[in-house]
Amino acid sequence: MIKVSRLYKNFGHLEVLRGVDAHIKRGEVVVLVGPSGSGKSTFLRCLNYLEQPTRGEIIFNGTLLGNSQVNMNRVRQEMGMVFQQFNLFPHMTVTKNVALAPMRVKGVGEAEAVELAHDLLGQVGLADKVAAYPGQLSGGQQQRVAIARALAMQPKVMLFDEPTSALDPEMINEVLDVMKDLAHEGMTMVVVSHEMGFAREVGNRVIFIDEGRFVEEGTPEQIFTNPQNPRTQAFLSKIL
Amino acid sequence: MINWSYAFKVLPNLLRGTVVTIQLALLGVLAGVIIGTIVGLIRVNRTRILYQLATIYVEIIRGTPMLVQLVLIFYGLPQIIGFRLEPFTAAFITFGLNSGAYTSEIVRGGIQSIDRGQMEAARSLGMSYFQAMWYIILPQAFRRILPPLGNEFIILLKDTALASTVTLQEMMRIGQIQMARTGQPFPIYVMAALIYLVMTLPLSQGVRYLERRMGAGDQGL
Ligand SMILES: Nc1ncnc2c1ncn2[C@@H]1O[C@H](COP(=O)(O)OP(=O)(O)OP(=O)(O)O)[C@@H](O)[C@H]1O
Ligand SMILES: [Mg+2]
Repeated sequence: MIKVSRLYKNFGHLEVLRGVDAHIKRGEVVVLVGPSGSGKSTFLRCLNYLEQPTRGEIIFNGTLLGNSQVNMNRVRQEMGMVFQQFNLFPHMTVTKNVALAPMRVKGVGEAEAVELAHDLLGQVGLADKVAAYPGQLSGGQQQRVAIARALAMQPKVMLFDEPTSALDPEMINEVLDVMKDLAHEGMTMVVVSHEMGFAREVGNRVIFIDEGRFVEEGTPEQIFTNPQNPRTQAFLSKIL
Repeated sequence: MINWSYAFKVLPNLLRGTVVTIQLALLGVLAGVIIGTIVGLIRVNRTRILYQLATIYVEIIRGTPMLVQLVLIFYGLPQIIGFRLEPFTAAFITFGLNSGAYTSEIVRGGIQSIDRGQMEAARSLGMSYFQAMWYIILPQAFRRILPPLGNEFIILLKDTALASTVTLQEMMRIGQIQMARTGQPFPIYVMAALIYLVMTLPLSQGVRYLERRMGAGDQGL
């Protein structure tokens, strides 16, 4: 579904990604772990071209991204993204947050989009909050709205950038549960997260990234209990 | 000898001028918001040539006295275009351009004050840059810039008095005419000042109210 070859990203003189290769298959849940500043967010943001790669190829669903023939707005519709800081639209109700993109981007009628929004908000357990504004919700609730908002575009892949690290501990599970449901439904997911429980339960593969390179990858079991690379070992011993 | 009765005798005339004053201020600020939004967007977006043109425009307007711009357009321009603009037209152009330059800086600041994550979230959903601007960034930015925009309107309203120099029959000009006729500058100008004050005081109260409400956050409309 996504094939990344020799991906480089520099910010000025700073080399953040240094030749990353990855192949994410349909229905796969890939969990990305690594130290702060290792390039996890940058990798995700390159996948949907929020960040323009410096070099390298990304092929999504058979389409080579980045040449001028490809309409990135189209491509992004098929890649949902969930951010650490939720980034809900504070001036709109939760329903409007979810319904807006289907209406404005896909041209779905308002009634249909609102119905879709209510369905999705129900799925993430927020049927009673459809009329609320983001500012009236807890962090966990906001993040669930953000997931519903991304799902409303019926993406083929979901990208999660540390979706639970801005949350109070008691709210982490309500978000992880929604993500697990998604995984069980067969959604292809790339998740930056250090939630081991989540990775073990639904992750097919864990990739350890350090200093802009994919250092080691394997099943959650392999990586978490029997890491081979000394850098992976050092990192895991710190966060375990 | 100050004869206060003149303050009231000329009041109906002054009020006729007030109507022109208000018209000019409202049209000026409307043009200012339209120009200011476009120029502000250009200056945020930094498309090279447009950005430079926009910057030159803002610098020229902000770096020269409005009085000079006004007399240039009214008295100077006829030498080039061969005819004189109506006083109101000349004043409207000047105030619109002026308000546009100042508003563009307000708009630019407002847009830049919105968290980057908002644009990214919108783009990640497949919205184009302009859709994201229109539906997500500008509505939030406008809520934030409403107070400074209100202040800009108050300044503009007072600055319309400058249009008296191009013979526009706004309040100040009418005051001058009445003064010349009656020889009573003090009561007449006090009355004119009072009328300006009656207009600006509620406006600045409104701005203060908006500022207080801003403190309560972005939510809702
Ligand atoms: N827009 C940018 N301009 C310049 N430098 C950037 C930019 N974005 C990221 N960086 C730098 O790139 C490096 C990698 O950042 P990135 O956000 O990808 O790391 P990360 O692995 O997600 O870290 P964290 O766990 O802290 O989120 C960091 O040194 C960061 O300062
Ligand atoms: Mg990050």
